Amino acid sequence: MAGFDKRVDSYEAALAGLTDNMTVIAGGFGLCGIPENLIAQIRRMGVKGLTVVSNNCGVDDFGLGILLKDRQIKKMIASYVGENAEFERQLLSGELEVELTPQGTLAEKIRAGGAGIPAFFTATGYGTPVGENKEVREFNGRKYILEPSITADFAIVKGWKADWYGNVVYRHTAQNFNPAAATAGRITVVEVEEIVEPGQLEPSQIHTPGIYVDRLIQGNFEKRIEKRTTRAA
Amino acid sequence: MALTREQMAERVARELRDGFYVNLGIGIPTLVANYVPKGMEVMLQSENGLLGMGPFPTDSEVDADMINAGKQTVTARVGASIFSSVESFAMIRGGHVDLTVLGAFEVDVQGNIASWMVPGKLVKGMGGAMDLVAGAENIIVTMMHASKDGESKLLDRCSLPLTGSGCIKRVLTDLAYIEIADGAFHLKERAPGVSVEEIKAKTAGRLIVPASVPEMKF
Repeated sequence: MAGFDKRVDSYEAALAGLTDNMTVIAGGFGLCGIPENLIAQIRRMGVKGLTVVSNNCGVDDFGLGILLKDRQIKKMIASYVGENAEFERQLLSGELEVELTPQGTLAEKIRAGGAGIPAFFTATGYGTPVGENKEVREFNGRKYILEPSITADFAIVKGWKADWYGNVVYRHTAQNFNPAAATAGRITVVEVEEIVEPGQLEPSQIHTPGIYVDRLIQGNFEKRIEKRTTRAA
Repeated sequence: MALTREQMAERVARELRDGFYVNLGIGIPTLVANYVPKGMEVMLQSENGLLGMGPFPTDSEVDADMINAGKQTVTARVGASIFSSVESFAMIRGGHVDLTVLGAFEVDVQGNIASWMVPGKLVKGMGGAMDLVAGAENIIVTMMHASKDGESKLLDRCSLPLTGSGCIKRVLTDLAYIEIADGAFHLKERAPGVSVEEIKAKTAGRLIVPASVPEMKF
């Protein structure tokens, strides 16, 4: 690696340094825009005791679900986990620690973490179990709870295209949590469908500027669809 | 007769206004999109990062990178924009969405809503529901008036863990359209052929009934 060239030549190199008990933020919503090859690499590495921050936890045999199966995840911070039977089993048996977090609060926790803001106040969750044992402050007559932000040892991100400098663009709704995740990793690893020559991407259209990206790799993606719903042609 | 799911969606759609940005939850709320009055333009927000959700794709249009918050494949309409989850919840939390329609397990006379968890049973998570009810000024809850066992879902105090407190002002059930104010349910409309007595019997929370309650027309 030289200068601003963020490319690495293998998935082993992409996740080198990831060890037991680390925290990992993963982009994606459902199975859309998930860093599927980086997740598969974490499985191959066999690291255990991970805290994983992601909106969802995949399905039983794809996405983050494959790390659950191998008991690599100690704690999951997510907003919705309803698609995963193994998740339910581990949760009910107490094998898995889960911190259910409202989706917008989760996004903002990651954004704030990446932006160097340690905590923020939000009305979301006030007066609900989410607000229990959290500091409450009143602003302009409304009550807000204090939510600490999140950063991670590694952020794993799925982009569409990137140049060598690590400037990334996302495709359609595969964007979701990815740009926020990219800002919040001590080491941010991005996998994309295509790495292009510098100059090929329009600077004003970049979603994730290269400053956030430490390692970049091009992969092949299955892009599984969770709920294929169509209308007659 | 109690309203069908389609009639509930049709009734909710009458609350739409031209130029509204609207977030529709999963289930009956999703059906509201089928009843947007003719000549009216609304823009549907999907909290995974799409403003201007279009119809489901045809087989040849299906794209794994194009889904809605229910994880279904969708299309984007003309005038749509696509953005991050951070941006999406800035819109929601910042009060920029004009109308939110969502389902619930229970609603009470204080405007509290419970919709995400039944202790002892499966916990799926709240997704974006807590942000939606905390961020929207204008929310309509759609749900059955009573459970399958006949238990009222309109209570003096929610028994299940809350999704939001003091945030619900309007509820459409299969039996009635109700507004919440001053610690009571106010009966505004009833489903065609449903008597005030039946609504009273199936409403556990304090219910205020005016001298005449108009029937909904379809």
